[in-house]
Amino acid sequence: MTKKAERIFVKGNEAIARGALAAKCKCFFGYPITPQNDIPEFMSSEMIKAGGDFVQAESEVAAANMLLGAGASGVRAMTSSSSPGMSLKQEAISYMAGSEIPAVIVNMNRGGPGLGDIGPAQGDYYQSTRGGGHGDYRHFTFGPGTVQEAYDLTIRAFDIAFEHRTPVLILGDAILGQMKEPITPWEPEDVDEEAGRDWAITGKTADREKRLVKSLFLQEGELAEQNKHLQAKYDSWIDLAEAEQFETEDAELVICAYGSIGRIAKSAVRKFRKQGKKVGLFRPITLYPYPSAELKALAEQGKRFLTIEHNLGQMLDDVRLAIRTIADSDFYPIYPGNLPTPDELEEPILKCLEGK
Amino acid sequence: MSDMNEKLVFDRPESIIDRPTHYCPGCHHGIAHRLVGELIDEMNLAEKTLMTASIGCSVFIYNYLNVDAVEAPHGRAPAVATGVKRSRPDNFVFTYQGDGDLASIGMAEIMHAANRGEKISVVFINNTVYGMTGGQMAPTTLIGQMTTTTPGGRCQTHEGSPIRMTEIIASLGGVAFAARGSLDSVANIRKAKKYLKKAFEFQVNGTGFGFVELLSGCPTNWKMTPLQANERIQKEMIPYFPLGIFKDVSEEGGIC
Repeated sequence: MTKKAERIFVKGNEAIARGALAAKCKCFFGYPITPQNDIPEFMSSEMIKAGGDFVQAESEVAAANMLLGAGASGVRAMTSSSSPGMSLKQEAISYMAGSEIPAVIVNMNRGGPGLGDIGPAQGDYYQSTRGGGHGDYRHFTFGPGTVQEAYDLTIRAFDIAFEHRTPVLILGDAILGQMKEPITPWEPEDVDEEAGRDWAITGKTADREKRLVKSLFLQEGELAEQNKHLQAKYDSWIDLAEAEQFETEDAELVICAYGSIGRIAKSAVRKFRKQGKKVGLFRPITLYPYPSAELKALAEQGKRFLTIEHNLGQMLDDVRLAIRTIADSDFYPIYPGNLPTPDELEEPILKCLEGK
Repeated sequence: MSDMNEKLVFDRPESIIDRPTHYCPGCHHGIAHRLVGELIDEMNLAEKTLMTASIGCSVFIYNYLNVDAVEAPHGRAPAVATGVKRSRPDNFVFTYQGDGDLASIGMAEIMHAANRGEKISVVFINNTVYGMTGGQMAPTTLIGQMTTTTPGGRCQTHEGSPIRMTEIIASLGGVAFAARGSLDSVANIRKAKKYLKKAFEFQVNGTGFGFVELLSGCPTNWKMTPLQANERIQKEMIPYFPLGIFKDVSEEGGIC
């Protein structure tokens, strides 16, 4: 990779858009919804300048299906939205998973269910990590916690999407999207935009059979085989699972939190450490695949766990699945509609630590 | 092989795959597929074509046309084709959709793709009924027509009026060509091919969006013989869905 010298001060949304351009994304299809509007607004000029194309679709449904078409053509493309809009995109995402179409999709999670509010929340964790549409599928899901990480993971998202022929989701929230931080942009070297596209529709030539990108498998046994193939692919991703561990080595209590809440929890951990209290942070960076083995290893060391989420207990399931044979996790929910601070997290952490 | 000195005058187009049809006897999808295949050959488009298949009986068009293809969710073919064309603008991109797909669940996608003037071609098969799911009412079902969900016949006050898509599409700014043909007779099939050719040419020339509606028979769901189905097209469908060109920008001075 080549590091660019300059530092820039940007919102999380803009960092994702810039990361996509650095990853040689050629098409962006979007539809306005708060709090992610900076992404399509940035793309409406910058994607065109970069020699690509931008379409403001008539709906989230159409935007996601435009993405499906671009991905099936083997072209790096992206869409972004926020919670109610993500629900509308699920139809196309299920088809992309079934058809093994690579694409990058950004969700800046807002409060729900329904119209909810436009503030930050993490209530879309289940939808993001379980396959929010119909059928038995998963997609790769990143949960960035800083603006720099949002930039970096967007670049990685394109590589993973095309290497594994899968939709990749970047799950942020209104805090990450609207927060400004300095980042160091970089560009991956030698992105081969045609590599590994030997399945994509490009126009049949005399020297190859026609190509068909589809999710319909009607012959008896055919769909079972496709699902076995998909499941094997998802299983293979476990090696790509990733987490940040902060002060966990001698920690008695490990806080499990991701994304913006992971960031806020880190501030709380720092404060406790200054007081000599043995608290650490486990922050998954990949939400699917979940870094279960790493978490289990902490449980094997006899640590206790507290999961904190900006929802009513969704990642908690994954934490418990990872450590279920050894330990359990306490839980502290932050209700959507509230903006958490590090101070707010201190009391539940202290209570958990002292309840030893 | 015959050793007689015969001259072959009618053959399968290269772009059509040699396989038995799965469509019902008297269904016009086969004719529509063939017209598209003939034009792909005649216009030398086989290596450039990216087909967007839809949902319904025609989902299997990719089993008949020897070109690269992607399958779109129900009604979304114009959005998928938009993504294909925007990412590969030098390719020839078309959708092939039925009346339920295009005029009901996919109404938003077709209207906006047309209005944006996407440089794609749309082949719209109108047989006034949902074929694959067993003969339910479509947006184009005629008043009085019996379907499995209008057992007493479609009633205007309860189910609304049959939608004339070509007229609506022709009114939109980005549209270069909109026409309605029919597949009920040899003369109409020849005209239908001319319409398709013109729509395809408008894309190849980079002018704009081309739309061709083809009135088609569904003898199985109409509970008719193939010949009765052709008669129904002439007596009932064409009077409500008039044939002809509704927009042709080459005659109107182009899209500005």
